[in-house]
Amino acid sequence: MDFNDTPEEAAFRKEVRAWLDANATRKSDDKASFRARNDDPELLKKAKAWQDKKAKAGYARITWPKEYGGRGGSPILQVIYQQEEANYLVPLGFFDIGLGMCIPTMMAYASPEHLQRYVKPALHGDEVWCQLFSEPAAGSDVAGIRTRAERDGDGWVINGQKVWTSGAHYSDYGIIITRTDPNVPKHAGLTMFFLSMKTPGVEVRPIKQMSGGANFNEVFFTDVRIPDSQRLGKVGEGWKAALTTLMNERLAVGMPSGGLDVDELMELARDTDLEDGPAIRNQQVRSKIADWYVQQQGLKLTRYRTLTALSKGQTPGPESSIIKIVAAPKMQDMGAFAMELMGPAGIMKEEVPHAAGFQAQWIGGAGFRIAGGTDEILRNIVAERVLGMPADVRVDKDVPFNKLTRS
Amino acid sequence: MNFDFSDDQKLLKEQVRKFLTDKCPTKVVRRVLDGNETHADEVWKGLVELGVPATGIPEEYGGLGLSPLELCVIAEEMGRAAAPVPFDTSVVLATEALKLAGSDAQKKKWLSELAAGKAIGTLAIAEGPQPPKPRGIRTTFGGGRLNGKKLPVADGEAATFAIVLANTGGQGDRAVSLVLVDLKQAAVTKKRVETIDPARKHAELTFKDAAAELLGAEGEGWRTLERLYDAAAVYFAFAQVGGAEAAMWMARDYALQRQAFGRAIGSYQAIKHKLADCYVKLELARSNAYYGAMMLTDGGSDLPLAAAAARIAATDAYDFASKENIQTHGGIGFTWEADTQFHYRRARVMALALGGPMAWKDKLVSRLEQKNAA
Repeated sequence: MDFNDTPEEAAFRKEVRAWLDANATRKSDDKASFRARNDDPELLKKAKAWQDKKAKAGYARITWPKEYGGRGGSPILQVIYQQEEANYLVPLGFFDIGLGMCIPTMMAYASPEHLQRYVKPALHGDEVWCQLFSEPAAGSDVAGIRTRAERDGDGWVINGQKVWTSGAHYSDYGIIITRTDPNVPKHAGLTMFFLSMKTPGVEVRPIKQMSGGANFNEVFFTDVRIPDSQRLGKVGEGWKAALTTLMNERLAVGMPSGGLDVDELMELARDTDLEDGPAIRNQQVRSKIADWYVQQQGLKLTRYRTLTALSKGQTPGPESSIIKIVAAPKMQDMGAFAMELMGPAGIMKEEVPHAAGFQAQWIGGAGFRIAGGTDEILRNIVAERVLGMPADVRVDKDVPFNKLTRS
Repeated sequence: MNFDFSDDQKLLKEQVRKFLTDKCPTKVVRRVLDGNETHADEVWKGLVELGVPATGIPEEYGGLGLSPLELCVIAEEMGRAAAPVPFDTSVVLATEALKLAGSDAQKKKWLSELAAGKAIGTLAIAEGPQPPKPRGIRTTFGGGRLNGKKLPVADGEAATFAIVLANTGGQGDRAVSLVLVDLKQAAVTKKRVETIDPARKHAELTFKDAAAELLGAEGEGWRTLERLYDAAAVYFAFAQVGGAEAAMWMARDYALQRQAFGRAIGSYQAIKHKLADCYVKLELARSNAYYGAMMLTDGGSDLPLAAAAARIAATDAYDFASKENIQTHGGIGFTWEADTQFHYRRARVMALALGGPMAWKDKLVSRLEQKNAA
């Protein structure tokens, strides 16, 4: 057992590092330089330039076939590139949904002409894509969407509303799941399309989150007309297409998480005076530090197991399905506990070292437990797919969509 | 990245699993639980034939000279089967103690006998109430004679020799030493003690001027014990992972079959989420155990931290899976006839054997502090 690269992996890592050194600035070890994406328009411009540079060098999508600008490389090479890139000050995050989910769905369903037109600009960062799935009344139960697409001559007219659409405010295109037949049970009446976000009738309104950020949007569709050629898959087979999209939601492994962790919590506990001495000497504090360390290590090592399978060219086991189930509540709980250690000043945004960081985790954790699959849905998935337990009874399974009780 | 066992090691694991499925099904565990025998001797003899006790013993002492990784995969299967044999005691604790601290002569004699299945060893630390600590050990050793009483001693009746923590008169942590004592002498009395897990028999050992010898240097007992516990924590973690996995699947199988309110209870989220949590804890434990195995194999400097993390995660996973297995079964799971009890009992025995989670969490943070200071 070891954490070493194979000779080919080591050679690739060296090549990537040399290229990154020549084209980007290495981060200092200061964790403050790990910054989530924000809405600075300059940042998007910089991100597009970086994406173009990457694409030209052949690093933008290593696993894609060469004809689409990839290198036909194995997933472990993609991970190695991402691991290395994370050590540099480069703007990331704008293209993950487009290249990770939308374009792979296009590859599965779009015409050769459309692929010719759209893949390259997406890969080079000229055009950004978003995924229009969730709706106000369809979150975990995404097949319950209500946005309608109705036939109109040789095209379709879309009316409805999407929500939680990441990056819609800077996206050029999107893939959208719509209801084309409300007279059949919910999964059967769906159809997928792609469209320009500049199509008349599309209106994007940012959502301000509890954390203060605004990465998500509401997107309204009012009599939006699109040609039938923008349909992805057959009419009524939108659910199948959506599953293709969601299956591509993986491979987020191998990325360093950044942010504050047990090291900073220990630092805080060392510097905090409780009545009976430094907090680090308190057994309750030690017990919590130990639990979170075991989780932190466990997640890192679980990723290494997944990477091992990728490195050997095998399909990873289901072990990585635990990562968000553990990481999200840990972020929230550890943030809250760190604030408690600070005493009443734990609510203040300044003065106390690390206060802002732990507060951000406490707030962000609340969102992370919901985004991309709630804690509860993820447990269902583990129970059903890993442990082979039955799906819940679905009272809406055979009922036409327009006969369902609605919230 | 090669953070996995090799194909050969996986094959070995399958062989041991097959052997235990055939020779050590739950009815054997039940037989020992209900009966008087000290352990399932036919299973033990079969394991000796397979070379299990010889696995980690160097070839020069008649062993197979395999790496800790091989012993880890075996431990996982022993835990899965909740095998009523002196594996933790003889193959892990006594063997590792000899490897860590034994003189060449001691290794020649005892490791060879262990490898050949002629000896069964155990470790005798506790002396009744109060967690063991250097200043509390009343058993004494001097002039080649051992005096005192140890309990509970796992496999104390089956064992032919014991490694005993005894006071040798030094100061502080140096008050105690490890002492090797042949149990086949009249100066040693063995008496069974009842415990929460009758499938793993424990005993009280009384020494009255028993002939014994130091294992390792005088005054080094506590330090050697800490190192021994680090290695043992990793092997125990694998056994706990195996046990946790067995309990989890036992609960899953029952949840698929048991109907309530018109459907399988396994279709209710209250059950699904509970078992999903078993899986989450299991995989956290497995990943931490793998790292412990890697550190054990490389003699890595990160072993103390890795061992503590493996120990904490695996104890949590086994405790949780074994108790929720009973809960998933409902009333039938609380009967003497149900197999659920084996893992519930074994989980607690294993949790306490090397010191409980509270002690290991404290150790883990101390080790983190040391690492960060370095």
